[in-house]
Amino acid sequence: MVLPKRIVAGIQSVGHRVIDSIWRLGYASRFFLLTLIKSGTSLRRFTLVIRELYFTGVQSLIIILMSGLFVGMVLGLQGFETLQRYGAESAVGTMVALSLLRELGPVVSALLFASRAGSAMTAEIGLMKATEQLAAMEMMAVDPIARVVAPRFWAGVISMPLLAALFSAIGVYGGYLVAVILIGVDEGSFWSQMQNAVDFHYDVVNGIIKTCVFGIAVTAIAVFEGYDAAPTAEGVSGATTRTVVTSSLAILGLDFILTSFMFRGMG
Amino acid sequence: MSESLIEIEGLNFSYGQRPVLKGIDMMMGRGKVIAIMGGSGSGKTTLLRLIGGAVRPTSGYVKVAGEVVHKLKRDELFRMRRKMSMLFQFGALFTDLSVFDNVAFQMREHTDLPESMIRDLVLMKLQAVGLRGAHELMPGQLSGGMARRVALARSIALDPLLIMYDEPFTGLDPISLTVIGNLIRRLTDTLGMTSIIVTHDVQESLKIVDYVYFIADGVIAAHGTPDEVRRSVAPFVHQFVHGEEDGPVSFHYPARPYAQDLKLEGGFA
Repeated sequence: MVLPKRIVAGIQSVGHRVIDSIWRLGYASRFFLLTLIKSGTSLRRFTLVIRELYFTGVQSLIIILMSGLFVGMVLGLQGFETLQRYGAESAVGTMVALSLLRELGPVVSALLFASRAGSAMTAEIGLMKATEQLAAMEMMAVDPIARVVAPRFWAGVISMPLLAALFSAIGVYGGYLVAVILIGVDEGSFWSQMQNAVDFHYDVVNGIIKTCVFGIAVTAIAVFEGYDAAPTAEGVSGATTRTVVTSSLAILGLDFILTSFMFRGMG
Repeated sequence: MSESLIEIEGLNFSYGQRPVLKGIDMMMGRGKVIAIMGGSGSGKTTLLRLIGGAVRPTSGYVKVAGEVVHKLKRDELFRMRRKMSMLFQFGALFTDLSVFDNVAFQMREHTDLPESMIRDLVLMKLQAVGLRGAHELMPGQLSGGMARRVALARSIALDPLLIMYDEPFTGLDPISLTVIGNLIRRLTDTLGMTSIIVTHDVQESLKIVDYVYFIADGVIAAHGTPDEVRRSVAPFVHQFVHGEEDGPVSFHYPARPYAQDLKLEGGFA
């Protein structure tokens, strides 16, 4: 039996896409490994990383702090609203802290980090490629992965947990502002209940593990997309979009996987 | 021939199925300025990439200073690249570094020179291109001609044996064009380097080069000294040097007969 041409072409195009995406995944993994292997230069000359820490970390501070404050304030408001129905409004501190440390801190700050720093990283590396700066570096016998990619990668990996910690801290303060100062929940029980309920290993450390994983995922995606971008205006803009989309999906997907291992409905 | 820095023999290169270079033979002597000319897409830039070892030939070889480029391992290739430089079409300055740091880039990456000595060297290189006063500017603040001069200073940072220029004259005003042209000639002579210029700016390059190769359809269509080229009656060279619209290089992209495309073959209804 001979299949009609159109069906054959359809099957072929599905096959091509599958093969392409697997090939790309392999290419990205190889690139990630190369980045790790060639990190020697940036760890020896740590000023290279510090410079990038300023661009990825320090310059993301305002958006992270502002968002953290607002998220904490909303949590305080909504938490109070719901908890008072059960007469448990003094537990609002616990709710704000646990939501931030376990979920919202890592996830929201990683999403913000992807759209603020990740996209900038992709655009910068992509433009360096489009304007032949990476090729020029190669011709000067300097490896662009070691000199351009690795310092940005490490800066992202280092700054992500710090930013998430600041996000959670200012979020807790936002919750305090709304619940205690504005609504008038008892200050003593707000803090003491929070202290009793939050476990360092179970809540804080797990949150830190999450942010580290997100930091690696977001920066690895960002530097890869930039390095892999087609050297045109269209290519760079497409790569920047892909960075934000892919890393957002990666953050949410990884969050589910990590959460299901960390908090198995027992806490 | 010990005098030649670059020897190219039987060089073939294809992108996939499409042949770009077909059997190129060239000799380039030390201390010379050599131009490689040809229309857009004729494989000139590819030739530079082959000399720099960025791509591998399908067959044949490029020898730089006696070493076959595509047989070098990556670290050997990187060692060889310290002896050569490439000036990219629009300079390719690192946009996140100042003019000073751009010129100092290779010195900091490849040498252990103290910062005070790097400072002196960078200012000397910038003085050679007339931009010592601009060392604090960022690349975004430079005009096209200035950016190219900074790139030129950067490419002579480690006193290379060979500099390759990819379209150094594109998009420059007449003054900058003459400045860059004269700089290439002067630096080649004073530093004893070899320069290869890929260009289609015929008039400017004929003023400064020692030898010209014309590439068309992946083969060397003609070669000679500037005087020989100016006097040449070979149809391709004549068309190229005088910028004529039609000749061996046709104005029209290959197409079906005109009347057939306009559906006129049946006559007017």
